[in-house]
Amino acid sequence: MNLTLILFIILATVAVVSAIGLLVSRNTVYAALFLVINYASVAVFYLLLGAPFIALVQVTVYAGAIMVLFLFVIMLLGADKLPKATVLPWQRPVAIGLAALLLVEGVFLFFQRLKTISTPLANPDAAVNTTESLRTLGMALFNQYLLPFEVTSILLLVAMVGVIVLTKKEKGEQG
Amino acid sequence: MTPSGLFSLVPLIVLLPVLGLLINLIFGGRMPEKAIGAVASTASGLAFVVAALLGYLLWIDNGLAVVIPFADWIHIGELNVAWNFRVDTLSVLMMLVVSGVGTLIHIYAIGYMHEDVRFKNDIGRYRRFFVFLNLFIAMMMILVSGDSYLMLFVGWEGVGLCSFLLIGFWYEMDTLGRPSWANSNAAKKAMIANRIGDFGFLLAAFTMFWWFKDLSFDGIFSQAGTVAAIAPGVILSITLFLLIGVAGKSAQLPLFVWLPDAMAGPTPVSALIHAATMVTAGVYLVARSAPLYTLVPQAQTTVALVGGITALFAATIAVGQYDIKKVLAYSTISQLGFMVAAVGMGAFVAGMFHLVTHAFFKALLFLSAGSVILGMERGHHHLLQHHGTQDKQGGHDEVFDPGDMRNMGGLRKQMPVTFWVYLIGALALAGIVPLAGFWSKDEILADAYIKFPAVFWMLLVAAFFTAFYMGRQVWMVFFGQPRHEAAVQAEESKPVITIPLMILAALAVLGGVLNLPGLHGLTNWLGHTIVGVEAGEFNFFVAGLSTLLALIAIGFSWWLYGRRPLLAGQKDPLKKLLGPVYTILERKYWVDEFYWATIINRYVDVSRFLANVVDGRFWHDFVHDRVIAGTYNWISKIVLDQRVDRQFIDAIGDGLGVLTKRISTGLRRLQNGFVRSYALAVLAGVVIILGYLILK
Amino acid sequence: MAGTIPLSYYLAISAVLFTMGSLGVLVRRNPLIIFMSVELMLNSANLAFVAFARSFNVLTGQIFVFFVMTVAAAEVAVGLALIVIIFRNKHSIDVDLMSNLKG
Repeated sequence: MNLTLILFIILATVAVVSAIGLLVSRNTVYAALFLVINYASVAVFYLLLGAPFIALVQVTVYAGAIMVLFLFVIMLLGADKLPKATVLPWQRPVAIGLAALLLVEGVFLFFQRLKTISTPLANPDAAVNTTESLRTLGMALFNQYLLPFEVTSILLLVAMVGVIVLTKKEKGEQG
Repeated sequence: MTPSGLFSLVPLIVLLPVLGLLINLIFGGRMPEKAIGAVASTASGLAFVVAALLGYLLWIDNGLAVVIPFADWIHIGELNVAWNFRVDTLSVLMMLVVSGVGTLIHIYAIGYMHEDVRFKNDIGRYRRFFVFLNLFIAMMMILVSGDSYLMLFVGWEGVGLCSFLLIGFWYEMDTLGRPSWANSNAAKKAMIANRIGDFGFLLAAFTMFWWFKDLSFDGIFSQAGTVAAIAPGVILSITLFLLIGVAGKSAQLPLFVWLPDAMAGPTPVSALIHAATMVTAGVYLVARSAPLYTLVPQAQTTVALVGGITALFAATIAVGQYDIKKVLAYSTISQLGFMVAAVGMGAFVAGMFHLVTHAFFKALLFLSAGSVILGMERGHHHLLQHHGTQDKQGGHDEVFDPGDMRNMGGLRKQMPVTFWVYLIGALALAGIVPLAGFWSKDEILADAYIKFPAVFWMLLVAAFFTAFYMGRQVWMVFFGQPRHEAAVQAEESKPVITIPLMILAALAVLGGVLNLPGLHGLTNWLGHTIVGVEAGEFNFFVAGLSTLLALIAIGFSWWLYGRRPLLAGQKDPLKKLLGPVYTILERKYWVDEFYWATIINRYVDVSRFLANVVDGRFWHDFVHDRVIAGTYNWISKIVLDQRVDRQFIDAIGDGLGVLTKRISTGLRRLQNGFVRSYALAVLAGVVIILGYLILK
Repeated sequence: MAGTIPLSYYLAISAVLFTMGSLGVLVRRNPLIIFMSVELMLNSANLAFVAFARSFNVLTGQIFVFFVMTVAAAEVAVGLALIVIIFRNKHSIDVDLMSNLKG
């Protein structure tokens, strides 16, 4: 029993519990907050895996921007509790069953390929957590993956324009 | 047989009348009446000229028979029948009679039909009459000139057809022009009675073919002796079958019933066909078949008896008739009985002699009767013009019958020529010397006295009656006072009518010359053809007896009808005398009624049964409607329509539709528009694919 | 420090998170919650990427995660805008009411 493992278990528990919290919470704001917790735990996972940049981007973009956006919209729409479902009563049990099936398949695959995926991951060495790794990442990003990078910028532009166009009020339309 | 070049003209006797009828048929519509009559009479006259020429050629050739081939007809197996013309004394005699008397009647008919079509109001029918008359002459010529029984039969049938056509000439109206089917019924009766006779003839022809393998005269007569030796019943049956034919065509018992009804036809028809020529075909047949008859004495006896009985029977009926033509009709039947009895006994010459003289005076009598009828009609016409539609005497115009002797009387003043020729004809028929009828009838009686006494007495009594009813007729028609206004106004007929009458009267007077005892002209003539004829001797006893009886009969008729002439509406004095017997005679022994009840109505019953039950109920209702149509309908409706079409095919068709609908209804539930179910579907797909990959 | 965490652990946690995310997508009726579950699924995938990147000792995985995050951000922006518009029209955010595709 070493520290990493304990940390891992704690983080895993937190992640799973917060995911469960997201699933079951009736209050939308609570659900969003649960998701934030989930993001945070996953960010620590990233750190454990030696990806500091990704971990911090996770916190910044996901938990910081996206979830804030979510919360804005939640406030906009109101966090009312929805009434009980009137249609598709059979869908919930079937969905749970399917998800269980998916889990079973996952477990099956897991144990089938246990040998191949049981490679212990080395702790990240110190070099990883320095600006050196960041530099390497940047070099790869702007040299090898320049095209996707630029395309991504266009994508973001498109998203922005799209959002604005979508939410623009027509003349005479009630808000 | 030496065919002289001119003998080959013999087909003209048939072809000339055919040409005449074709000309009238094709061009008659554009020709005036006189021209139509002239064409027809010329055709008949030229045929007479050819016949006379043939007679002359035969005479200088000593009467040798000549056969002129004309056309090939039947060649089937063993049967070989050709259309040959036979020129021998017997056939030439008949040809002369037919064309000679026929031409005179054609000329008479020009005038007679001219008036008749105007009385009946159908001028366009004039042409048809002469077409039919010429057709008759052609057919009769085929009959007498045929060289085989089959050719004879062709002519036999042909004259039967013409008789039908001419009796029913005014098929849709009666004598006064009112709608009536009486004439067509009479024509039908003639056809049917003749047909029964033809049936007998055919049986004879079949038997002949079976035994002789040949139908020609020469062929059969040459083999007759041998066949008679082998199977005597054959000749007997042939002759008896032929007798049936004779009974039909020559109106003997029991098939005579058509002849009185045939008087419905125009008078020239009655004269030509039913007095002079067609009815004598039977006599000619027996004379021609002499070689066969002489082989079977039983047949001869039968024929003679039939003739004798018919003669007596018909003569008695004639006594009770009051229609001028009906008296003459029964007289014809009676005289035919004389002829048939004569040839039956084997007195062929006597029979043929009487045939010729009878043609003269009977045609004369009929034509004169026609003249009388025309005169009565003219008188009646005058009556209508002067007095309107109401009749002064007797009541309504509707029932005026121009031929009813009870309406006549005193016509010798109005119609003198007709009177004199009628008188000559009547005396000839009664057998008063020296007129033609005396010589011929007397020869028959003389022969019968020797050969067949029973028949002799029958014929003698019949001769008595003959004289009586002719006397009765003459007194009733020409003497006394007119019993009807129409008779008062009657007029003499035109020369075109009276001249043929006068010619015939001359023939009736002089006809006896043909076979005067001592000269035996006809006997010698016919002796060339008929084997075994003997010259008859003049029998004074018989002659005297018959003449005496005739004079007594005429006197008796004078006592009844001439002394105190009949007044209008008075009953026949004979009725008072004979009472119920007279009624029997007047009603013709109810022969027609008997036939109707026993044969015809039974036939109608059978026919009705066949039509209603067999054809109607069984054939139509059951077989057609229920079985065939019902089955078909059943197949169509139940099997095909319901089961196959509706239940099976429609089920398939509908089923496909229903199936598609159900599938679509089911599948439509997938498209419920809910995001959650779509997401579920997606995940389900993922799970399935993942599972597939795992399991692979 | 001894003991490293085998790759399989990370993959396990990733699978669990993914499953829970998919369940959330299916079961919840609030589109925002559904969206958040989608983000959860993306997140779990990111985790698997990074774990494999560490396992093979390459950076490719991390770069990929970078791009995933970018795209996720753009997608969230557009998606939320759509949800807002739908709310404008229907005045409710019940996903069950958006059944215009019913056919």
